[in-house]
Amino acid sequence: MDYFKYLRKDKFPHIWCAGCGDGIVLKAIIRALDNLKIEKNQVAMVSGIGCSSRTPGYVDFYTLHTTHGRAIAFATGIKMAKPELHVIVVTGDGDATAIGGNHLIHAARRNINMTVLIYNNHIYGMTGGQVSPATPMGDFATTAPFSAVENNFAIAELCAAAGASFVARSTVYHSNFLAKIIERAIEKRGFSVVEIMTPCPTAYGKINKKGTGEQMILDQKNLAVRIEKAQTMSPEELKNKIIIGTLVDRELPEYINTYEKIMSQAQRM
Amino acid sequence: MNSRTYMMQGNVAVAEGAIDAGCRFYAGYPITPSSEIAEHLSKRLPAIGGKFIQMEDEIAAMGAVIGASVAGVKSLTATSGPGFSLKQENIGYASLAEVPVVIVNVMRGGPSTGLPTLPSQGDVMQARWGTHGDHPIIALVPASVRETYDMTIQAFNWSEKYRTPVILLLDEIIGHVHEKVTLPDPDELQIFNRKKPSVPPEEYLPYKADESLIPEMAAFGDGYRYHITGLIHDETGFPTNNAEKIAEMMDRLNSKLLKYEHEIIQVEETDTGDAEIGIVAYGSSARSARTAMRKAREEGIKVGMLRIQTLWPFPVDKIYEFGKKVKEIVVPELNLGQIAHEVEHAIQDRFRVHRVNKVNGEPIHPDEILNKIRGLK
Repeated sequence: MDYFKYLRKDKFPHIWCAGCGDGIVLKAIIRALDNLKIEKNQVAMVSGIGCSSRTPGYVDFYTLHTTHGRAIAFATGIKMAKPELHVIVVTGDGDATAIGGNHLIHAARRNINMTVLIYNNHIYGMTGGQVSPATPMGDFATTAPFSAVENNFAIAELCAAAGASFVARSTVYHSNFLAKIIERAIEKRGFSVVEIMTPCPTAYGKINKKGTGEQMILDQKNLAVRIEKAQTMSPEELKNKIIIGTLVDRELPEYINTYEKIMSQAQRM
Repeated sequence: MNSRTYMMQGNVAVAEGAIDAGCRFYAGYPITPSSEIAEHLSKRLPAIGGKFIQMEDEIAAMGAVIGASVAGVKSLTATSGPGFSLKQENIGYASLAEVPVVIVNVMRGGPSTGLPTLPSQGDVMQARWGTHGDHPIIALVPASVRETYDMTIQAFNWSEKYRTPVILLLDEIIGHVHEKVTLPDPDELQIFNRKKPSVPPEEYLPYKADESLIPEMAAFGDGYRYHITGLIHDETGFPTNNAEKIAEMMDRLNSKLLKYEHEIIQVEETDTGDAEIGIVAYGSSARSARTAMRKAREEGIKVGMLRIQTLWPFPVDKIYEFGKKVKEIVVPELNLGQIAHEVEHAIQDRFRVHRVNKVNGEPIHPDEILNKIRGLK
C-alpha cells in the first residue's frame, strides 16, 4: 500500500525521538484507514498538546492541533457540525487523562461517534519527563525524583466504565494487531478508544533504566497478555503485565444519532 | 402590528439574534445569569436544523464552538464571570487561529463566585486582555433588549468578516430586563458570511491574506485539507520558529482590526452639541446616566453623553474629540473604574475624569450620577 498518499511528506523529518513508538502508531492509523477505504477528504484529525498530538501535522487530512487536553471538546464541535466526517482524536496519557480527563469521560458517557487514540507512554514527554496520571507508582520522573507516589489510571478500563461503545488496548510491538484494532475502532458507531502502550525512551525509559526504545518495545512482547488469557490469571500473575485486546464492544445509543431524532421531533412540533 | 413584536428578555434577544444571524450551533454550560440563552436555544435550534449541546464545562463549550466553526457552522457560546474566566485560553486559540465565534458574557458581580444574581460591569478589561499574549478582539456592549438583538447579529457579522472571536458583554440587568421589541424581518437583515477560498485546494494557503488582511477560510469537510494550530504559524498554517515569519504573522493578526476600526467602532452621542459636562457610559449604567442627564438638563446644567457601543477596540478618537468639547467627564460604571482609566488615557490625561463606581450588587441610581454632576457645577 501507498503510505505516502496519506502523508504530508514536506513536513518530515518528524519531531519524535529515536526509539519513540509514535511513528508505529502513525503507520497503524494509515493501514486502518487504507483497509477501510476511507478517503482523505472524509477524515478530520484532532489533537491536544504533547508529542503524540503532533501527529496531525504529518497527515494529509483536515487537521486541528488544539489546546492542551481539549482535543475531544473541539472534535465534538466538528462532529456535530459535519457528522459525515470520520473524527479521530490523537492524544497522550497526560493530555487525555489529566488536563483532559473530564472531556474524555464525558465524551465516553455521551457516546459520540469518534475514535480516540490515547498514546500511553507513562510520562509527559514533550515537557521533559514529568510524572503523569499513567506513571506507575514507584517509577521515577523529573517531578517524582523520589518515585511516583500516586496511583495511576487504568485508562482503557476508565473509558469502558464511563460508557464508551468500544475500548481496546494494544502495544506498538503488536503493530498488526494495533492496526486491526484501530480499524475496528474507526468502524464502530459510537465512542471508541484505543489505549496504545508506546515507549518514551528519552523521558521515561532513561530515568527508569528501561533501556533503549528497541528494548522497551521488545519488553512489551513479554509483558503483554491477551485479555482472554488474562481472565484466567490471578491478580498476582497479572502484576506489571499489559492486558491487550478488546475490553468492550457493545451496541449503545450513539449521541449524534439520538440528537438527530430529537431534531426530527422538534421539527414536527 | 408587526408579527415580530414581543415582550422579550435580553438573554432571549441574544438567542433570537443569533438564529437570525445564521448561528446553527450552540455549546454551553449552565451559569447564572446567562442560562436563559442556553435554555432558549436548546429548544429553538433543533427545530430549525441546528444543534445544541450542554458540555461538561465552560472550557469544553468554548472548544466545541471553535470546532463547529472550523467545520463551517456559525457558533455561539454564552456564560458569565467564572465561566468567562475558564473560556479564556480557548478564546486566545480562536483569536490566533482566526476562527469566527461569538462569546456572550452576561456580567455578574465578581471576583470569584461573587454575586451570581446581581449586575456588574467588572469583566470589561478581562474581555480585552483575559487571554494571554497580544491578540485582536472585538467586544460590544448593548444597553437595551433591542440593541442586544442587533449587536448579536453585528457580533456574528464581524466575527465572520474579520475572522475573530467577538465578545458580547451584557450585564445581569440587560440580560434579564424584559422590554417590548419589534424585530426586523429576517429577510431584510444584512448577514455576512466568511469568505470561502477563491482558489482550488492545491493552491490554498489558509493564512495568506490579500490587502484586506483577512484570509479566506475553508471549512473542514469541503475538500480543502489543511492544518490549524494554536502555535504561531506561517501562511501555510504550519508552525514556524522563523523570526521574520512570526513577525509577519503577528503584525497582520494585530493590525487587521485597526484597518477596520472606522467601521467597528460605534458610539452614540446624545446632547453633546452644547454640553459642558460629559458622561461616558455603557451598558445598563448608560440607562441610569440618561435619566441623570435629563434631570440635570431640567436644572439647566448642560450635560451630554457619549455611550460606548463598541468597547474593544476602544473608541479612543471619539472620546478624545468629546474630551475637547466638554470641561468635565463623568464615567459611571459597575466596577471600580476600569473604563475611567481608558477614558483618561483617551483624553491624553488632560484632566482627571470623575468616577461613579458601585460594586455592591446594586445598579447605579440616576441620582448618584446627578449628584456627581451637581457637584461639578
